[in-house]
Amino acid sequence: MNAKVGVVVFPGSNCDHDAYHVFKEIIKADTKFLWHKEGSIGDRNIIILPGGFSYGDYLRCGAISRFSNIMQDVVRFADNGGIVIGICNGFQILCESGLLPGALLRNVNLKFVCKTVSLKVENNKSIFTSNYGIKEDIEIPIAHGEGNYFCDEDTLTDLVSNNQILFRYNDNPNGSISDIAGIQNKKRNVLGMMPHPERVSDSSLGNTDGLKLLKSVAESVM
Amino acid sequence: MPTVTIKDPEVNLELAKELGLLEEEYKRILDILGRIPTYSELGIFSVMWSEHCSYKNSISQIKTLPRSGGKLLVSAGEENAGLVDIGDGMAVAFKIESHNHPSAVEPYQGAATGVGGILRDIFTMGARPIASLNSLRFGIIENSTEQQIERTKYLFKNVVKGIGDYGNCFGVPTISGEVYFDECYQDNPLVNAMAVGIVKHGNVASATAKGVGNPVFIVGSSTGKDGIHGATFASEEISEKSESKRPSVQVGDPFTEKLLLEATLEAIRSGVVVGIQDMGAAGITCSTCEMSAKGECGMEINLDLVPLRDENMSAYEIMLSESQERMLVVVEKGKEKQAEEIFHKWDLNCIEVGKVIEEKNIKVHYRGKLEADVPAFELVLGGGAPVYKRETKLPDYFNYTKNFDSSKIKEPKNYNDILLNLLSSPNITNKKWVYEQYDTQVRTNTILMPGGDASVVRIKGTKKGLSLKTDCNGRYVYLDPYKGGVIAVCESARNVVCTGATPLAITNCLNFGNPYNPEVYYQFSEAIRGIGDACRKLNTPVTGGNVSFYNQSQEYAVFPTPVIGMLGLIEDVDNLMTSNFKSEGDVIFVLGQNKGEVGGSEYLKLMHNLIKGNAPDIIIDEEINLQKSVLELIDRGFIKSAHDISEGGIAVAIAECCIIGRNNSIGCEISYDYEFRQDIDLFSETQSRIIVSASAENSDKISEICKLHNVPFKKIGVTGGTNIKINKEICVALDSAAEAYYKKLDKIMTAK
Repeated sequence: MNAKVGVVVFPGSNCDHDAYHVFKEIIKADTKFLWHKEGSIGDRNIIILPGGFSYGDYLRCGAISRFSNIMQDVVRFADNGGIVIGICNGFQILCESGLLPGALLRNVNLKFVCKTVSLKVENNKSIFTSNYGIKEDIEIPIAHGEGNYFCDEDTLTDLVSNNQILFRYNDNPNGSISDIAGIQNKKRNVLGMMPHPERVSDSSLGNTDGLKLLKSVAESVM
Repeated sequence: MPTVTIKDPEVNLELAKELGLLEEEYKRILDILGRIPTYSELGIFSVMWSEHCSYKNSISQIKTLPRSGGKLLVSAGEENAGLVDIGDGMAVAFKIESHNHPSAVEPYQGAATGVGGILRDIFTMGARPIASLNSLRFGIIENSTEQQIERTKYLFKNVVKGIGDYGNCFGVPTISGEVYFDECYQDNPLVNAMAVGIVKHGNVASATAKGVGNPVFIVGSSTGKDGIHGATFASEEISEKSESKRPSVQVGDPFTEKLLLEATLEAIRSGVVVGIQDMGAAGITCSTCEMSAKGECGMEINLDLVPLRDENMSAYEIMLSESQERMLVVVEKGKEKQAEEIFHKWDLNCIEVGKVIEEKNIKVHYRGKLEADVPAFELVLGGGAPVYKRETKLPDYFNYTKNFDSSKIKEPKNYNDILLNLLSSPNITNKKWVYEQYDTQVRTNTILMPGGDASVVRIKGTKKGLSLKTDCNGRYVYLDPYKGGVIAVCESARNVVCTGATPLAITNCLNFGNPYNPEVYYQFSEAIRGIGDACRKLNTPVTGGNVSFYNQSQEYAVFPTPVIGMLGLIEDVDNLMTSNFKSEGDVIFVLGQNKGEVGGSEYLKLMHNLIKGNAPDIIIDEEINLQKSVLELIDRGFIKSAHDISEGGIAVAIAECCIIGRNNSIGCEISYDYEFRQDIDLFSETQSRIIVSASAENSDKISEICKLHNVPFKKIGVTGGTNIKINKEICVALDSAAEAYYKKLDKIMTAK
């Protein structure tokens, strides 16, 4: 089986082309856009929920997208063990959909922040992080106004004991609880992260720390 | 449903004056129509003949600029934005526009809709926006009264947030800009937004109505009561009454704009579009008139069909509303359904409101009445809109500013302090507080981030990159409008050259005071003469832009601030050049000749509180030679860094070269013989100078190429160490310099 990547396009997605570019042109995977009004993901075996401002994010981020046609099928797919990655706005949608625990609040300083941050790989035994070393420091940019991850104490304990925390910020830029930058679900087939690996996957942009992640996912279904 | 009947006021000269028309203009309207206009017609004339839409006081001067030739595919003013060929069948659409007045009274929405408006100008041509830039001016932000500082911070914070929120949501990287603070902008900040897009030659759309019988559609947002008479508001001075003009400010919806972008590009590619224009200033009025006048036809529209946010709107209000995120589209007859399908896919309105007619009039029907029947040609710039050339007078303030002798200023003692002060001056200090609030990377094309001389986006699928920069030093233009205009062009060109790009074309945003003041008009016409001379010699034609007059409070005008948006092309992004020193032991050269000029400098203002003297001298031919030699050095791989010397002079430029690399700071040891008094030598802002660094073995190559192009050059030192050492006077640790340079704006903005 080869990787068949589906990049979901919500109204207001704006990193959809960026994720598509990396999978299609750099990883050379079979990659398609999936329109939010479609009711099925078709033959796709990796789903990307890209960054952006779905429905303008005028309501709570991701709160409307979870009700879109395509998300009903994405939830079914994930429940059956299908691989789903939510980046930035995609992470917010995953939390709203209940595919991942917790929520993303406004950054503590109440400002949008775009810069490259240093992350620590907390667990390299996942399909998402198998190309990294354990505790490896990687540089990936963030660009969000609501990336302050929050969950209750019990959930946090669960996340830690189940090794669900994949990435932590070395210098917390948004107030996230326990410096959390990215988590996976208990079944280890759904990843949500605020930093943008697709922005550092093309050598002509200098840094390729994100490519290892996206590549390992594509390879995991081969 | 019963609605309130709105009674139109009686039309007479007094009402015309209230709407901003002159008596002579009202008389012309009577002549053109042969009758008294209706209220809606008077509204239409008043906005179309406002300064903002008609350029009536500026067009005679603007026509002196080189507006065609070079790589231009359309001449300036012909379309919504300029179009420049970059080869490979691709073109760049770009333009800069002001949103000063709205931002003065409602900074968040004012700035946001400024960005929205300029983005629409780009994608209405069929181009996908790939970069956004801005140029901002505010009042004093430190060392002043609490009231002044608080107002500046309020405006600054909200303008930046407005720009960020709009561009971030829309999905265009905001990659470059400039921010200056000066007392003259206290009441009237300047907020100029620039957008850049790329389009394949065959997909360019035109803002022309054609084909009698073709249907006319309104697409995008519904029309509301926001922004009514925004164009007129933009054509008067800021005063206490301006606060009451807040309803003239539009409200932005970047999400709808993003949908409108995708739908518009899809519609243009599908071939259903005959002509398309965005609704900016003067909304439906301006788009119907301009498209018709350009196509030498007319339009008949029925306002009953326009989707409204508020049922109780008069024809006057609908015609003049500046509600955002709307477009007027002429669709090819028979393809209505296809057009509707595209816009409905994106959940947008797409409503047929009228048709193209042969008679060259705009006919507006509403609630069973012919509300307006006016000749399109008479309303537009280049048609019947008035054209004035105002009086000029040599400014009286020259008597004060030119009375300056740099040898009389007090010679400083501690040069380390001065360097640190300059590095932390709000005008020089790094602006990461600003650009970290902008998504600088979305679309993954940004290969040179903000913080250097210019920013660069690559064009996927090619080796090419676009180097972009906005630039203007208002102080220089104030001290010498002609030279200031020349410098604005030359410096922005120099900035893109330092990234390895060849300057191709400019767009300009001309921010001035009241044109009826002869001194202001002198500044305006002289600055344009300077811009024209520089553009002709540099072969960078003016693709278009925007004029913003009336930037003044009751007491004073802003510095004349003609902001230049420069477009440069890098043929091979592997040759991208950056400004920071790269490795220890490299040799440092300065190219160009210091003339010891501190007039109008940051040093003079910051350390001596003076804005006096002459603007720096500028000889365009010398500038061209310099740029040629640096481009050759970059192309042939002889240098490792290139950085323009500007505000703060050679001392600040060298410090920047050391610390712009952030985590890879590299010190230097500079030693050369002063040609002027030490402070004047170190902080002179003489133009046409660039600092380059290179491996020692390339020293001879640098000499050779500089000699070939007749450019003065001097080897001044080597890189290395953890200090910035300049002769005997300066020795500053890299950490201290970085602290001053990177943290100042954060400190100011978080201070209580």
